[in-house]
Amino acid sequence: MGSYLVQRMLLMIPTFVGITLIGFLIMRLAPGDPAELRAAGGLGAAGGAGISLEKRGAVDEAMAQWRAQYGLDRPLHVQYLVWLENLFTLNFGESFKDSQPVWGKIAERLPVTIKLNLWSILIVYLVAIPLGIYSAIYANSAGDQITTVLAFGLFAVPLVWAATMAIVFICGGDFYYLFPPGGVESVDFSEHWSFWRKFQDHAWHLFLPVVLLSYSGFAALSRYMRSSMLEVLRQDYVQVARAKGLKERVVICKHVLRNSLIPQVTLLADLLPGLIGGSVIIETIFSIPGLGQLGFESVLARDYPTVLALFTVSAVLTLIGILISDLLLAVVDPRIAFGRRQQ
Amino acid sequence: MSRAQLTPELRGPENAANAEDVVAEGLWSDVWRRFKHNPIALAGFYAVCVLACMALFADFIANDKPYYLHYRGKSYFPILRSYLVGLGIGQWPEELPRIDFKKLEGATAFYPPIPYRPTNISLLEPLEPPSAKHWFGTDKLGRDVAAGMIHGSRISLSIGFVAVGIAALIGIVLGAIAGYFGSWTDLAISRFFEIMLSIPTFFLLITIAALLPPSIFLTMAIIGATSWVGMARFTRNEFLRIRNLDYVTAAVALGVSDRKVMFKHILPNALAPVIVSVVFGIGGAILVESSLSFLGIGVPAEAVTWGSILQEGSTTTFAWWLAVFPGFAIFITVLAYYLVGEGLREVLDPRLRGLR
Repeated sequence: MGSYLVQRMLLMIPTFVGITLIGFLIMRLAPGDPAELRAAGGLGAAGGAGISLEKRGAVDEAMAQWRAQYGLDRPLHVQYLVWLENLFTLNFGESFKDSQPVWGKIAERLPVTIKLNLWSILIVYLVAIPLGIYSAIYANSAGDQITTVLAFGLFAVPLVWAATMAIVFICGGDFYYLFPPGGVESVDFSEHWSFWRKFQDHAWHLFLPVVLLSYSGFAALSRYMRSSMLEVLRQDYVQVARAKGLKERVVICKHVLRNSLIPQVTLLADLLPGLIGGSVIIETIFSIPGLGQLGFESVLARDYPTVLALFTVSAVLTLIGILISDLLLAVVDPRIAFGRRQQ
Repeated sequence: MSRAQLTPELRGPENAANAEDVVAEGLWSDVWRRFKHNPIALAGFYAVCVLACMALFADFIANDKPYYLHYRGKSYFPILRSYLVGLGIGQWPEELPRIDFKKLEGATAFYPPIPYRPTNISLLEPLEPPSAKHWFGTDKLGRDVAAGMIHGSRISLSIGFVAVGIAALIGIVLGAIAGYFGSWTDLAISRFFEIMLSIPTFFLLITIAALLPPSIFLTMAIIGATSWVGMARFTRNEFLRIRNLDYVTAAVALGVSDRKVMFKHILPNALAPVIVSVVFGIGGAILVESSLSFLGIGVPAEAVTWGSILQEGSTTTFAWWLAVFPGFAIFITVLAYYLVGEGLREVLDPRLRGLR
């Protein structure tokens, strides 16, 4: 087990370097010089077409100084190596926007996003697995067909539409006020509240974002669960189990379920990138101060260090997700243990 | 459905007595014949056709110019004329206004069902709820939402097609190279696939889209460049399987060049799973585009898209019509492509054959 873990983690190093390299190159090679943008923002004029020559000279000097301060005047590969080196001490540099350390900003916002995503994953599995089991046991029944159609329909519902509809119809507005239109806690939230009341308040605020983040996931996962279960149900050993007189309940719970759950474990890794993308949309719409919102704001402000750091953090989260699902797979399926993950 | 039942020669190969008939039939006519026995997939296919027509004839469905105009004893066809002017063939008649036909006095005119263009700003009627005049209401600049949606379908569909075209090109070429050459090439390219799979694609997408100047074509290219991994992996797996078949060995032994073996001999047989993911990919690209224009990046700010109308709906919460209609349009479009994709998958997947 230990050597398997080490092997998996070593394989992740080139992947990680590749991801950060792609992110780094995109940031640096994109048109639009951050120094120029900053100068233009500071002067309140675009580019500096309206200012005199000597002022332009001063601006250029300030820009050069600023570039030197952030190391932007060095060759690209040196910049990348310096960035990688700093990474080991979690030093992502300073934000271009407010000169705050980037890691501090991320650490502040990480918990909400992780909370949001963990709840979503939990709900995805809690809803999808029983639904898939039901669909497979009663395959082609009316109930199965309804869940199939529903899952398929849900999968095609655009997240931005679902979120907008929720905001318009059930979050205040002119219709119903069932859930708050944004934020993670009430305005009058206080630390002195009892645990139960705090929990209630958070649950009330996070309910919609979590449901919205997870619906496309459970639509997909319930389909996978159904087909994997149907595949197992066709196996000979299930027939044997039935033939020797086991109750259907025992056949399903003891023989079929275990084997059909195995592939679902690896889907965790496929869920994560989608959840991170969804977080950007959901956190922006519901003004939840998480990584997604920070990412969107930094992208708009061209705050390269922050964007690159977020890119790295979400890639690391995804890689951890893949690692966890591989390890879980090795735990639940002795046949695959310690071998390479199958494509 | 009903037509197929009436014509006995279209029955499946299972019923065909002569085995040669089956061989003589091409894969695609076979696919189409079985595809149209699936009413749900067929409904999706028709919906796709209707949407494509809507995008193609948007100018004839929603336009502030009349089809036909009779003015001061002369007849005009302003919509057709605007095409000619746009192509540089014709001239705009001097006596006609370029902007507002509705103010012409004593003119007889036949207008399209929605007599507005998405660019017609009417500040006197902002955020009007749906009415006989504006079927789907107006936005805060008084622009007709129905017109915006009809013309927005052009952006959605073209982004879907072009983005997936780009993705398919990258995916098929990379997947073919990896699967055909195997060993080290495969290992290196598969590593690259793994990198692309672990990258938070949507985040990458908004980053590139926000860094580059807003443009529909760039958006297409970016969506295409970030969504090819699935197709590449399908192609690779198919190539890995097919390259060991006898007929490929025979072709190689005959001295056929690598490129010819790959793209003339293997690719046609490897296409089935790729085509399914292409169709699903179009739906996916439309979803991504709507999220991008909802966030206000990628597509130019003045362009009216389904996502941009929806965005306005999320900020002006009393204007429910801004939320309901464009979102429903995205939903129906994406669903239609998914249904077609699912139908094709059932028809093309050899493991599912004969199960129905």
